[in-house]
Amino acid sequence: MTGLMVRGLGSMTKPKIAFYWCASCGGCEESVLDLGEALLDLADRIDIVFWPIALDHKFEVITRLEDGELLATLINGAIRTEEQARLAILFRKKSKILIAHGSCAHTGGVVGLGNLHSDAELLQTIYVDLPTVENPGLLIPGVGSGPLPGEMELTHLHHPVLPLNRLVPVDYVLPGCPPTPELVESALRSLLDGSMPSPSSILGDSKALCDSCPRRPTLEEGIAIKRFKRLHEEAWDSETCFLTQHFVCMGPVTRGGCNARCIRGNMPCRGCFGSLDGVLDQSAKAVAFLAALMHAEEAREAGEVADTIPDLVGLVSQYGLAASVLRRKERGA
Amino acid sequence: MTPESFEPRIIAFLCTWCSYRAADEVGKARQPYPAAIKIVRVPCSGRVDPQWVLAALERGADGVIIVGCPKGNCHYKSGNLQALKRFALVRRLLQEMGIDTTRIRQDWVGAGDGEKLLSLFCGMVEDVRVKGPLAAL
Repeated sequence: MTGLMVRGLGSMTKPKIAFYWCASCGGCEESVLDLGEALLDLADRIDIVFWPIALDHKFEVITRLEDGELLATLINGAIRTEEQARLAILFRKKSKILIAHGSCAHTGGVVGLGNLHSDAELLQTIYVDLPTVENPGLLIPGVGSGPLPGEMELTHLHHPVLPLNRLVPVDYVLPGCPPTPELVESALRSLLDGSMPSPSSILGDSKALCDSCPRRPTLEEGIAIKRFKRLHEEAWDSETCFLTQHFVCMGPVTRGGCNARCIRGNMPCRGCFGSLDGVLDQSAKAVAFLAALMHAEEAREAGEVADTIPDLVGLVSQYGLAASVLRRKERGA
Repeated sequence: MTPESFEPRIIAFLCTWCSYRAADEVGKARQPYPAAIKIVRVPCSGRVDPQWVLAALERGADGVIIVGCPKGNCHYKSGNLQALKRFALVRRLLQEMGIDTTRIRQDWVGAGDGEKLLSLFCGMVEDVRVKGPLAAL
């Protein structure tokens, strides 16, 4: 990769890197800023040509580049608007390496849960129905809704929400909501050293989180749950495996590499690192795992235990709905 | 598309010990069963990965039926129980995602009960024919 870099850019030129955000919360930007001093060191070795959260660059900087002139672009966020789709395609063209940065770019993330609703429902809820909204003119973003005179048009929603790789080929994935700064730093250093792993790798562990969980020794055999407990319902022990306590934890079906940061914060895993290699559908894998924990002898009983999970999709597809086989509720839209 | 012109595609996961033998019985008796049923033989109904159900629907199946050994008769003791629990959650998942869950069925048929299997197959094909094709995922 170093060879490629030198050939492409000349030995005196620092490799060009871009960061871009699509539909995201800003947490992935934090995962870069959290590098702290390491970021200063890296910034000496790279030329950051585009980074909306920190630098005031215009899009012309990117359109003027030769195709493939960027060594790499890290894109975070899901594809939620037409504009994001257009820019993701542009960055793909200009980059040798495209990295999906964080859960939303990887599998749609929480943003992907928007696929449970139509665009009209979402806009109606956000701009009209929410109790804290005051919108007497019932304005909804679209053509002509700008505060200035003359007709203005905002970008349209992209339906359904897409993870980055459903739009353009992605070379690597930095998983997590957000990825740990350690993973981000190691990816950036590998890029510069030319020591990236084989293409289309996911830059996390190859084993499940459960495997490296500090509470693993307290995971009991033969768990038989008649009622899945929910966190707001009762207190939980801070040392014992969540599953042993009958709280859902997605650790067994989620890729490790996060340093078990939620578990260490006394919260169960919700699957932000996505599934392990070879899994077709994160939600189906989670369903198989949850079923194995259930205690039921009859269909009716199984239904009753299933009823103790009030929002199954929101649980098993919290981060992966947009990348799942079922991907959206509104079909044919 | 009228119900008459629509030929559904239904994937039937049959366990090798009971329900697949029941299908054999149907064959030995030279009773025809609907061509809409595409049988996939599996070691045990508990082996049916929920991913397979989704994969079948994604690739154009209009319905899926999983048939295992009757309660207490599983060759592996509790495989059909595993299947039962998985099914409860898969059904819920599909329901929450707006898919008509009567397209997904589960039942239990003993090795000698070809009649029951045949009636399950015929009933499902007719129901799905009336529903029409499953909209593309």
